[in-house]
Amino acid sequence: MFHLALRMLLGDRAKYLMLVGGLTFSALLMTQQNAVFQGLLSWTTSHMRNMRAPIWVVEGRVQQVNETKALRDTDVNRVRSVTGVDFAMPLFQGVLKARATDGSEKLIQMIGLHAGTLFGRPARMLSGNIEQLRVANAVVIDELAAERLGRAPAPGQAPRPLAVGDVFEINDREARVVGLCRTERHFFGYPYVFSTYDQALQFAPRQRKMLSMILASPRPGVPAEVAAAHIEAETGLKAYTVPEFERSTLDWIWKNTGIPASFMTTILLGFIVGVAIAGQTFYSFVLENLRNLGALKAMGASNGLLSAMLLLQAFTVGLVGYGIGLGLTALFGLAVSQGGQPPFLLQPAAVLRTLVAILIICFLAALLGIRKVAKLEPAIVFRG
Amino acid sequence: MPDAIQLSHVSKAFGSGDARTLALKDATFSAALGELHLVVGPSGCGKTTLLSVAAGTLAWDEGDVTVLGTRLNDLPQPKVTAFRRRHIGFIFQQFNLIPTLDLVENVSVPLLLNGRPRREAEERSAALLQRLGLGGRERKRPTQLSGGQQQRVAIARALVHEPPLLIADEPTSALDRETGHQIMEILSTAARSPNRCVVIVTHDPRTYAYADRLTEMEDGRIAGVHQGQVLQNFIASHH
Repeated sequence: MFHLALRMLLGDRAKYLMLVGGLTFSALLMTQQNAVFQGLLSWTTSHMRNMRAPIWVVEGRVQQVNETKALRDTDVNRVRSVTGVDFAMPLFQGVLKARATDGSEKLIQMIGLHAGTLFGRPARMLSGNIEQLRVANAVVIDELAAERLGRAPAPGQAPRPLAVGDVFEINDREARVVGLCRTERHFFGYPYVFSTYDQALQFAPRQRKMLSMILASPRPGVPAEVAAAHIEAETGLKAYTVPEFERSTLDWIWKNTGIPASFMTTILLGFIVGVAIAGQTFYSFVLENLRNLGALKAMGASNGLLSAMLLLQAFTVGLVGYGIGLGLTALFGLAVSQGGQPPFLLQPAAVLRTLVAILIICFLAALLGIRKVAKLEPAIVFRG
Repeated sequence: MPDAIQLSHVSKAFGSGDARTLALKDATFSAALGELHLVVGPSGCGKTTLLSVAAGTLAWDEGDVTVLGTRLNDLPQPKVTAFRRRHIGFIFQQFNLIPTLDLVENVSVPLLLNGRPRREAEERSAALLQRLGLGGRERKRPTQLSGGQQQRVAIARALVHEPPLLIADEPTSALDRETGHQIMEILSTAARSPNRCVVIVTHDPRTYAYADRLTEMEDGRIAGVHQGQVLQNFIASHH
């Protein structure tokens, strides 16, 4: 009987397409918004993946990686002296103004690395040599910076990205590009410009305390959590391991921004739209087939069989709609992956969650029909 | 001949309070195997209610209902459903063929409900359609057929699992005279088996001539049962 249930469903082309369309839209909305949200959340901790330090030492009130409360210069040596710490390096990070070659000003994320070790250096160099960062006024920029600060070869022509050897200005100081690197996009969307710690202080406006963070590494054999606990105990500073800092950053985003609520609302809307469209259309499909269902019931189809047929029909449109919705989401992801935004991170868990949501929608839609069929008297078919 | 249906002092009311309508009033009715039994009477006299109760598709308030030797009063609803599935074939006034299924699929429904494999069900359905003059149209949709052809498909669906009891509700009311006679011929042939009873509810006097026995209803009661010469007189008086 189940193949007949599917034939009944597919035979009503208009209802079938409306059901699939509604569930596709619902699946697309839930999956795409979830992926953009996860992508955005991943941006919030991209800074850590760009620096790749096992321990992040910050001022005690700092809760997330994109926040800076300056430390004293002497704190670096205090951390270095902590039991279980292999080494600790100063890090400057700040948002500065850079002037592109066309004269326009752009905000950049300046990163100052310890000159001796360049600890926290970008993971992937595309051109140039990171070691040349020690040359006066040298900077390594990421692809976004190269694009934003790009120069026109001649007046009136389209700008081309900056390349090794090009110069631009940071706070009226000349910066010479010695390398191009690839980074993960920063949460605030600023392009990365790497320099040495001392040169970064020259680029940045002078303040009393300039040390943003300390990047540390535990001694071999010492777990990062243990070394971090020692740093906190012995210096009074806050020391995060990578998982702790990620968690703390995400917690901060959830508690202090409207981003999660905004995305959750849209995802919820996707669910509600799915329930409304699928519920209404499927119920109307059941109502239109009520005499047929009554005839089947009169001929001896049990409530259980008719319910199973309705569930099969509902889950079939659900899975088709889900598949198309997921495909469209993947296409969206492919399209935006070229430009890098909006952020997009489609996780298996999100795919699974959407599937569960769609199946719940279908179950609820089928439930309305099942209720109707269960109450249906087979004698209805004898009434003209 | 043994009784296929025995209704004894059956009553059935619809609604409650002032809106309560007694559709069946202490009705006692029987139909035997090997006969074509018509139930006739004016609209609203309770024919369809009687048929629904006899078919086990409608719960009744009082009285005993025994079908093919099984007392339906004693059966829980799922068993009544299973009983209908195995032993009763249905023909409806509006045919009630599923428009999105083709003829073979429509006819095979009772066999599939009884657990027969799809292939066997479709083969048997196609063979029966052939016998009923619908060969070559097996894969057409019901909406592509005339009313008479649709009713023949409905008859095939009712007969395909070879039930001992065939119940038909106004099978000719939506058909022209000639087609109506053709349908009654088919049903009459089906009733010739000593192991089958065909009960037809109708208010179409053209069909009376096919009856072996005829029960007349009026205002929810059995007004009379006619057979033999009495039946011939009744038919003559209605022509």
